[in-house]
Amino acid sequence: MTPDIIYGVTGIAVFAIGLVGALCAQDRLRRVLALKLASVGAGFVLVVAAWRAPPAAPDPVPHALVITGIVVMVSATAVALALIRRLQSLEAEDAE
Amino acid sequence: MIDPYVILDLLLGLAVVALAAAVLTVRDLFAAIVLFIVFGLLSALAWVRLAAPDVALAEAAIGTGLTGALLLKTLHHLRYVTGSLDRQAALSVTPVQPVPMAVIWVNAAFCGLVTLGLAAAFLGAPRNGPGFDALVAEAMPASGVEHPVTAVLLNFRAYDTLMEVVVLLAAVIAVWQIERGLSEAPAPALGEVWAGFARLVLPAIVVIGTYLLWVGAEAPGGAFQGGAVLAAVGLLLLLSRLYVPRPAHRGVARLGFVLGTGAFAAVALLVAGGGRVAFEYPLEHAKTLILLIEGVVTISIAITLAALFHGREPVALSASETRHDA
Repeated sequence: MTPDIIYGVTGIAVFAIGLVGALCAQDRLRRVLALKLASVGAGFVLVVAAWRAPPAAPDPVPHALVITGIVVMVSATAVALALIRRLQSLEAEDAE
Repeated sequence: MIDPYVILDLLLGLAVVALAAAVLTVRDLFAAIVLFIVFGLLSALAWVRLAAPDVALAEAAIGTGLTGALLLKTLHHLRYVTGSLDRQAALSVTPVQPVPMAVIWVNAAFCGLVTLGLAAAFLGAPRNGPGFDALVAEAMPASGVEHPVTAVLLNFRAYDTLMEVVVLLAAVIAVWQIERGLSEAPAPALGEVWAGFARLVLPAIVVIGTYLLWVGAEAPGGAFQGGAVLAAVGLLLLLSRLYVPRPAHRGVARLGFVLGTGAFAAVALLVAGGGRVAFEYPLEHAKTLILLIEGVVTISIAITLAALFHGREPVALSASETRHDA
């Protein structure tokens, strides 16, 4: 049992949970949360791919890719949340 | 004798999966967001175990801290708009149109297939295989910095990083457009403890953020982690009302948004010429140029992330809104 197997399976499980949530969740905010979970799951798999049995140093290229992914994800989340806020306000105005 | 680290890994992996499931199944949305924050922090811990401290820092600061703040702010807004602000356990804030069970089952079956495929691919793939490690190690002396991840981000794959800064810029432009004219939920009143906390912690955060930026050249850290920590300063200032955005500040904010992209692209193009291509820094100036780019990009990231948290563009209050506030 090495960390790469354990966390690789963890990452795939988290990705699967996020995928199910993104497709099946009914609340908008929870769908965004589910997509965020899926992105962390994908990050797990990439970080595992970069791992080397100590004392070898890990591969830095996937690490850089995951950092880029995290920043892109926060941008996408911010836009998605702004859309949700706008949509909710419009619906509340319609309801009045 | 079982290695205690294996037990830690197993427990951490189980906790991460359980938290991910809990985020989607817990009924209260506020609880879901808090569980998500815990999930992100434990994931960061797992990535430290996988020898990826840079990624762990970025996940803890940006993926968990700032994303958590964005989610909580949005939840507050949604509960304000729907008038369920005082109901602690509002189950969901958006109108629920039940999805037919058949659709859910088909989706779940599809997800199961995808997961099985992914698991088979992962278990069948060669591990510890040759990646880019040898290439990066070979090129390190020409990068100008000592930390491989920083070398990849700011030198070898600098195009990616430039585009990443452009994505942040595009996000803040989109958010300002989407929220134009949107009325804002009044911020919750924060007590005196909070003001004292902000006074104590603000100088410390500034030092930590700057340190993370500086240390990125030879150790884990860098522009994105430092920028996110500095953005936390902006969040605290906004939340504690020590800084209130005014319409007159829009020019400075816009300058801050484009500063990182502009400086990054300018350096990339200015080093080109004389047989060099864009991003091919001359070796004797490589570290100076990388630190210059990182410094400017850090300021830009901090301002952009704080603006993403604040949401709408600061505009002059119309008469009706002024009356509403009073």
